[in-house]
Amino acid sequence: MRGPGSALRAGGAALGALALLCAAGAPGSASAAPAAAPGRLSATGLFADVATHAIARGVLPYSPQYPLWTDGAAKRRWIRLPPGTAIDGSDPDTWRFPVGTRLWKEFSIGGRPVETRFMERGADGRWIYATYLWAPDGREATLAPERGRRAFAESRPGVPYDVPGTADCRACHQGHPSEVLGFTALQLSPDRDPLAPHAAPPEPGSIDLAGLAARRLLRGFPAQRIAHPPRIEAPSPRARAALGYLHGNCASCHNARGPLSDLGFSLEERLAEAGTSAAVLRTAVRRPSVFRPGGAPAVRLVPGDPAASLLLLRMGSRSPYLQMPPLGTHVVDEEAIALLSAFVREDLADPHAIATLYP
Amino acid sequence: MTQKTIGIALASSAALILAAASPAHAGESRRVARGRYLVTLGGCNDCHTPLKMGQNGPEPDMARMLSGHPQALEMPAAPAIPPGPWMATVGATMTAWSGPWGVSFTANLTPDPETGLGKWTEQNFIDTVRSGRHMGRGRQILPPMPWQNVGAMTDEDLKSVFAYLRSIPAIRNQVPAPLPPAVAAK
Repeated sequence: MRGPGSALRAGGAALGALALLCAAGAPGSASAAPAAAPGRLSATGLFADVATHAIARGVLPYSPQYPLWTDGAAKRRWIRLPPGTAIDGSDPDTWRFPVGTRLWKEFSIGGRPVETRFMERGADGRWIYATYLWAPDGREATLAPERGRRAFAESRPGVPYDVPGTADCRACHQGHPSEVLGFTALQLSPDRDPLAPHAAPPEPGSIDLAGLAARRLLRGFPAQRIAHPPRIEAPSPRARAALGYLHGNCASCHNARGPLSDLGFSLEERLAEAGTSAAVLRTAVRRPSVFRPGGAPAVRLVPGDPAASLLLLRMGSRSPYLQMPPLGTHVVDEEAIALLSAFVREDLADPHAIATLYP
Repeated sequence: MTQKTIGIALASSAALILAAASPAHAGESRRVARGRYLVTLGGCNDCHTPLKMGQNGPEPDMARMLSGHPQALEMPAAPAIPPGPWMATVGATMTAWSGPWGVSFTANLTPDPETGLGKWTEQNFIDTVRSGRHMGRGRQILPPMPWQNVGAMTDEDLKSVFAYLRSIPAIRNQVPAPLPPAVAAK
């Protein structure tokens, strides 16, 4: 017989778990940031002058062509390599960054910076993750609590904007062998996709793949890939943009080399393998999903039928227990839904296109 | 049976006995035993094994050990909680919980490949309880699962727990998906 202790113990667990969930969004939560993360953004080396947001010398802006959807927040990104070092690009899909590499990503809403995320490769080779919250006057940003800050801002009236905790950072970044997700050969290709949703044009002085090679900041990368920059091979511009969107938004977790590889679902476009788009689609088109909504079987992508495609169902949901991506967004990316729906309805149902894409 | 045949049979048996007693096998047995100890001590059965009514009152239904909320048990809408300090309600099986997070149903931890952890890797399991996210990267793990406590175990202990969970009988039981607060309130 179970005594009341079991129920009390379980109830206590519930309250404890709930308290922790609530604490994730509580102002003034204790900050337990990684030891090496400075308390202020200005101490990370991003700025020559934080008050004017003047960027320090040696810090290079960049703009991935297939950015992650973050509820419409505008983003700027920078990288800094330690002087005299270079990225090891001998594995073209998994660049190795020198110790001391730093990356920043600034998120703005309505023209005002809200948060800046920061990564640094430590002396032990592991990446440090931190997030900085901007003061309303925009003159400095301070280290966020380790659990992040829920509803720190609004992406639009009444819609919360959450600042991720470091565990959230790791959930995405550590899903791929290279924890740096947006600074890759495909993302930095000068052959940019004009239909890629939400891509910001590179700002003056931005570094791309050709620039990295010219400045000898990338070593070991195949020379022919510099002369012929990476490009997703697809039978139509729409298919190229759709596959690029899935790569940029989903492949950090859904790839064949990370912890979720056993799902057999990879949306990663790899340079090292010919015909990657076909490989991607082999894991998605007419393939059953491991996730069974309501316990019922479901198929990832059904050619010609977006409504029956689980991938689109989950992209179009913001139920916290169904949505994809599972974190970092409260708003459906309607532009992407339209793009992917047309891709499924038309490209995947076109015999010529499917023969090219998915022989 | 000839002497030669008996000899081969004896040699085979000896090989099997030796294999069973090999350091690797003994290590695996120790790991499973350690996992059973941790799962018992950690109270995993409290919520992941449904309660049934026995002669002495509610007791864990060990025929459904660690298989989570029973698929056939469709829960009605959770009762509304009046204003005040009450926060959560729980089903009679201890496998369905309602609170500010919505309604959560305890997971099937058996090695069934379709409805349990059968396709999970050891690393998926460790990532889940360390991050509080499904498979380490998906949706949040909901109350009352004390993943923070479980995630504080050492790697070795978590591997033991997973080894034990892989050793128990697989039970096919599709646990419902959690309901978010808006749905739960309808």
